[in-house]
Amino acid sequence: MSRLLPHPALSVAIFLVWIALNNASSSGHFILAFILAIGLPVLTQRFWPERPEKVKLLPAIRLFGVVLWDILLASIGVAKLVLGPIDRVKPAFVEVPLDMQDPFVGTLLASIVSLTPGTVSIDIDRSRWVLQVHALNVDDAETLIKSIKTRYEKPLKEIFSC
Amino acid sequence: MSIWVEYLISFLILVGAGFTLLGSIGLARLPDFFMRVHGPTKTTTLGVGAMVMASAIYFTVTGDGVSLHEVVATVFLFITAPVSAHLLTKAALHIASRVGK
Repeated sequence: MSRLLPHPALSVAIFLVWIALNNASSSGHFILAFILAIGLPVLTQRFWPERPEKVKLLPAIRLFGVVLWDILLASIGVAKLVLGPIDRVKPAFVEVPLDMQDPFVGTLLASIVSLTPGTVSIDIDRSRWVLQVHALNVDDAETLIKSIKTRYEKPLKEIFSC
Repeated sequence: MSIWVEYLISFLILVGAGFTLLGSIGLARLPDFFMRVHGPTKTTTLGVGAMVMASAIYFTVTGDGVSLHEVVATVFLFITAPVSAHLLTKAALHIASRVGK
C-alpha cells in the first residue's frame, strides 16, 4: 500500500477501537482517532510481519458466526461435563495436521480452537505443521480432528486464500 | 427502562454469572492441570461475554448515547485468553517432559 497507510486494516481497527473506547462522545475524539489511525501504523510499521494480501469478507463474517454459535453450544456441553461424574471425562492430546503453512493464519486457527470450549491449543509444531490440541472429552479423536479441519481450517484457508 | 429490557439484562447477568460459576467449579473438580486450564478459558468467552453485553445494554438504555467500551473489552478478552492458555499449557508440557511425568 501507500506509505501513508501501510496497514489500512490496522488503521481502521485503531480508529474504531478509539471511537468505541470513548463511546463516540465528542467530535474531538474523532479527530484524535484519525490522527492515531494514521500515526500508529507508520510508527510501528517495522514490527509487523508480512501479512496475507487479500481477505475475503463474506466467508470471514460467516466464520465469525459459526465460532460464536460453537462457543455457545460447546459451553453448555462443557457445563454438563463439569457438573456430571468427573471420572467419566476422557481428556486427550490430539494432533491436528494442518494444510497451510502461514504463521498468522495458524495463530488465528489456534486462537479459535482455544476459544471454543472443550479444546485448548497448546502449540503449533512448525517443523511438521501440526496443531497440538488438548481436548477435555474425546470420544473419537478422528471426528474431533475432522470437525476442526472442516469447521475452522477450511473457512480460514478460503478467507486468506492460502 | 421498560420491563422487557430489565428482563433481558437480568437474564444476561445470570447467564454470565452462571457460566463463570461453572468455570470455577470445573477448576475445583477437574483432576489434572491440562483439564483445569479449560475452566478459566471457557468462562471468559461466554460468561464475561454475556455480562459485558448486559452492561452495554444497561448503559445504552440509561446513559446518554451508545455505550461501546464493553465491545472493546470483549474483543481484548477474546484475543488474550487463548494466549494465556497457550503459555500455561506450553510451560506445563515443558515441566512434564523434564520431570518425566
